[in-house]
Amino acid sequence: MDVRLDDLRVDGILRGVDLHAPDREVHGIVGPNGSGKSTTLRCVYRALRPSGGAVLLDGRDIAGARVRDTAEHLAALTQDSHVEFDFTVTEVVAMGRLPHRGSPEDDEEVVAEALSRVDAAHLAHRGFLSLSGGERQRVLIARALAQRPKVLVLDEPTNHLDINHQLAVLSLVRGLGVTVLAVLHDLNLAAAHCDRLHVLDGGRVVRSGTPEEVLTPEVLHEVFRVRAHVVRHPTSGVPQLLFEHRESTP
Amino acid sequence: MTPTSSQARPPTARRPPTAGLCLALTAVLAASVVAGVALGPVGIGFGDVLRFLAAALTGGTLDAAEAGPYRIVWDIRLPRVLLAAVVGAGLSAVGVAIQAMVRNALADPYVLGISSGASVGATAVVTTGLFASLGIYALSTAAFLAALAAMGLVYVVTGRDLTPLRLVLTGTAMAYGFSAVAMLLVFQSPRGEAARAAMFWLLGSLGGVTWTSLPIAAAVTAAGIAYLLTRAKHLNALSMGDETATTLGIDVSRTRKALFGVTAAMTGVLVAVSGAVGFVGLMLPHLVRLVVGADHRKVLAVAPLAGACFLIWVDVAARLLAAPEELPLGVITAALGVPCFILLMRRRGYVFGGR
Repeated sequence: MDVRLDDLRVDGILRGVDLHAPDREVHGIVGPNGSGKSTTLRCVYRALRPSGGAVLLDGRDIAGARVRDTAEHLAALTQDSHVEFDFTVTEVVAMGRLPHRGSPEDDEEVVAEALSRVDAAHLAHRGFLSLSGGERQRVLIARALAQRPKVLVLDEPTNHLDINHQLAVLSLVRGLGVTVLAVLHDLNLAAAHCDRLHVLDGGRVVRSGTPEEVLTPEVLHEVFRVRAHVVRHPTSGVPQLLFEHRESTP
Repeated sequence: MTPTSSQARPPTARRPPTAGLCLALTAVLAASVVAGVALGPVGIGFGDVLRFLAAALTGGTLDAAEAGPYRIVWDIRLPRVLLAAVVGAGLSAVGVAIQAMVRNALADPYVLGISSGASVGATAVVTTGLFASLGIYALSTAAFLAALAAMGLVYVVTGRDLTPLRLVLTGTAMAYGFSAVAMLLVFQSPRGEAARAAMFWLLGSLGGVTWTSLPIAAAVTAAGIAYLLTRAKHLNALSMGDETATTLGIDVSRTRKALFGVTAAMTGVLVAVSGAVGFVGLMLPHLVRLVVGADHRKVLAVAPLAGACFLIWVDVAARLLAAPEELPLGVITAALGVPCFILLMRRRGYVFGGR
């Protein structure tokens, strides 16, 4: 599914975000703290109503669709996951089936599959609140997968994950064959796993393109105010960044 | 309260099947109704109770000598026991729904200020003789009208979107305001008896219940529980956070408004017929979650049955413990509930609100 953000505005935060992620591409959003990354995603998964502009899925403005209809195609990993009661892992993942009208047997199968894809099948009967941060994150990703979305919106999916699971989750996401819009903090992970990157600064997209085009020493200096060297990954060839220790702060 | 490691709880929680549990509780409920009717200052045999009930329901005949006990069973005890069941079921279900709706493990049916509002109406009747023309219905009517007014006020003050925190803060603040008004009424009252009467009402009582108050309370409670059961999955999603619920296809604002309306109306009716019976709506939901887990489809099926049984026995205790005086229900719910709750909490490593 094709995702387009058209002049997206949120008072005081977003000043016209334009972004286009064609069907089945993995797009990363990067930028310094407070640049509007999460706010952009919140508009896409409808937690926030933009004050101007639109989010278009296959050319249709989501503002005109029912929340439930959007949830049939679009799943999200949000930052507000705050569980008050001790659901089991299976119950949490099964919530991903809420927008669909499937039979309980099918749902069960989808839930089990989603759990095993994030390497969490062994947690199925555990209480969610008894899990570690990384385990919780994987379970929440499984919930998004159980929604069988065509668009996956991820707000810092690698949070709390160890390096093995960071790589596993990102390659899983790449292999899903769905459109992905992800906010990523780790620029090297973003460079290695995204088809295109969008750099947000001050509430607008200041640079878009392939990781090679976007992650240049100039952009990093301008937007993140760091000095960096760009090197090629010896096997995959993707650009990777080496940061220079800074003597003084601006 | 929080397990510090994953070893603190068994990897697989043993949980009874919900259908079996509901069936067992229904049997316990039926037995509790009979026992509740039989037990009291005037003891009546279980066999006699069953015979009287059969006679009343099928139109059978009884000895003239049995007219006295029959009156006690049919006119006094049965409506009271049934109302106890209705109130227990309703408060438990409302407690479950409100805890999920405001995502707060400490919430109970009274956190929205509805009951404190009702108490203003009730104390006004007790102290000033308001609605005197309505006779014995004055108290319930005034309490219900005041509950409705409180509900409207809380809704308006909370503002456009009923976010959990705003709802709880507004409800709590308003509750203090309403309580202040009720206390002012009591202390300004020239009748010394008024304070005691108002206090007794506030702590909940089913004394003097007749058949007339039962149908409305039962109908509202049944309809409310049925509605909540259809919203069980929504409550699951809402307990995961508003943003997550939105991504799962829930129109959060509309769902919460509907839940507010339904739970507030149920609370208003229940408080009007029985006063503000405390603790049931806070504790029963947690007790049930301890047994069946957090899934609201299970919790909402089991909690009303458990609450109904619980309050029947509480009311029996209220009648018996200090007979011929009656104790307020709130005293007994707390006396029974607190130790039982602490025990279960410690034994199962129950997680309140996580972390």
